[in-house]
Amino acid sequence: MKPLKRLVENVEPHFAEGGKWRKYWPLFDGFATFLFTPGHPTHKGAHIRDGIDLKRTMSMVILAMVPALLLGMYNVGYQHFLAIGEQAAFMDIFMYGMWKVLPLVIVSYGVGLGVEFVFCIIKGHQINEGYLVSGMLIPLVCPPDLPLWMLTLAVIFAVVIGKEVFGGTGMNILNVALTARAFLFFAYPADISGDKVWISGVGEQVVNGYTGETALAQFAKSGGEVAAMGGQSFASQADFLWAGFIGLIPGSVGETSTLAILIGAAILIFTGIGSWRIMASVALGGLAMGYLLNGFSGAFPDNGYLAIPPYYHLIFGGFAFGAVFMATDPVTASQTPTGKYIYGFLIGVLAVIIRVLNPAYPEGMMLAILFMNVMAPLIDHYVVQGNINRRLKRVKVATHG
Amino acid sequence: MSTESIAIEKERKPLFTTKDRKLITDPLNDDNPITVQVLGICSALAVTVQVKPALFMCLGVIFVVAMGNFVISLIRNFIPSRVRIIVQLVVVAALVTVVDQALKAYAYDVSKELSVFVGLIITNCIVMGRLEAFALANKPGPSVLDGIGNGLGYSLILVAVAVVRELLGSGSILGFPIIGQWALDLGYKHNGLFVLPPMALIMVGIIIWIQRSKNQKLIEAN
Repeated sequence: MKPLKRLVENVEPHFAEGGKWRKYWPLFDGFATFLFTPGHPTHKGAHIRDGIDLKRTMSMVILAMVPALLLGMYNVGYQHFLAIGEQAAFMDIFMYGMWKVLPLVIVSYGVGLGVEFVFCIIKGHQINEGYLVSGMLIPLVCPPDLPLWMLTLAVIFAVVIGKEVFGGTGMNILNVALTARAFLFFAYPADISGDKVWISGVGEQVVNGYTGETALAQFAKSGGEVAAMGGQSFASQADFLWAGFIGLIPGSVGETSTLAILIGAAILIFTGIGSWRIMASVALGGLAMGYLLNGFSGAFPDNGYLAIPPYYHLIFGGFAFGAVFMATDPVTASQTPTGKYIYGFLIGVLAVIIRVLNPAYPEGMMLAILFMNVMAPLIDHYVVQGNINRRLKRVKVATHG
Repeated sequence: MSTESIAIEKERKPLFTTKDRKLITDPLNDDNPITVQVLGICSALAVTVQVKPALFMCLGVIFVVAMGNFVISLIRNFIPSRVRIIVQLVVVAALVTVVDQALKAYAYDVSKELSVFVGLIITNCIVMGRLEAFALANKPGPSVLDGIGNGLGYSLILVAVAVVRELLGSGSILGFPIIGQWALDLGYKHNGLFVLPPMALIMVGIIIWIQRSKNQKLIEAN
């Protein structure tokens, strides 16, 4: 640590006022404050400065994503070897997955931070670290074989149109990672949805019993008994559920494992960074809507999605991942505690509605969160207004009495 | 917005005075109907998937705005102000019908592609906006110029958006393939988002962004 700190202190004068690299001060500042907590004091008034700053907060979120990332890497390899029907050692499986996922992560960070640096230098702003989390989220919600140039375009689009035009980190209306995914979803639907993209390195090659549809689609089509998925077969429905829970089913890189996501959720809640209100109410909303739609399954037997048990929604697809890592994005979520309950609940409800009633959009969670991102300020407005009105009434009662 | 509604001076003047020229050039940049007045957005979203329909749409709008401005300006002193909107609508609707019929007769495929959007020129806010803001208060000559200018300003944005959308969404311009097979073989894919209307809105937004960063006087003080 010491030599690193000395290096930072040595180059600082070059970037400071009057230095030869003054133009790149935001760049230096960004790196220096990322490495070491800055010693900024408050200048006016007796404000207390918290020891944790945005960069430290973001690092904690990334730490929470690590289980999902590692399990995702393993799963990418696991699905690949299953689908081609080969036995492989643990390390081979993991290395295959890492070899697939790491480029996505590197491109996502390289491009995204590059765009941020350019904007910060043009505007002379401090570099904000909002992209640290988005940069990790984006590869986790992509299929493992996504072409890197598509990822590049999506990241540029998301950072520029999703964030920088609104004024940079903290000013965006939509979740940046989901903006990138929505861009991919609508721009290159063949590469991010459908039944060919979820298992890496297989392409059109069809193995015996191989089918690549999403877990929920299979469940709906098979009428409640999923016997096989990807290259694996399940002896019982409980096995299928268990595979979905620990994450050994085909899917986007980081969203398959509900277990790893729960570990992440525990870290976020324990450190107080992620809002448990939002996570809990998203799950509740999904379950409530799931049970409600179950009630209609008798009336519309054609739609197999109606009969899906509600807890399946929480386990499969991006529901859990969205609820823990994306719905809780402090910038785009509701800010008031009451608002968070409403916001989360409606995300759960909408996600299940989209999944069940419009299976053409398999990832209802993405659309639900983006939609509620837009609605979050409205929810906050009415929550605040409601509070003001309630207190005004109390004042009136008091004065009359 | 309505810098041009100052009365045009009375004395004889050359064919195109500076003021006349400004009637044409202002709507191209400083007073662009789409990016500054923010009118006529609906059609900008709807007909810009490809360049060809966009071009025909532009021609139609230029014709309707110019002629509408001319006709309304001719009869501006006889229109009772309480029924002026109805009179304007009748004139515009007649002109749009002419455009529609002409398209059906001479460019049937384009007419089918544009479908209802030709008819919807009637409701294009640019047309009514120019009639209200300019033609009712000015002589026929300048009114025609103002109509052409605004039509051109509208066209400029429409064609710019359409070129980008067709190039990135379908890989061609005016139907001619620009992005060749070799690129597709290398793994390039057309961007489906550019075919969808939201991308037109984002494109218009980007144009506004670029325009305002070049043209500082457009930035509102707040």
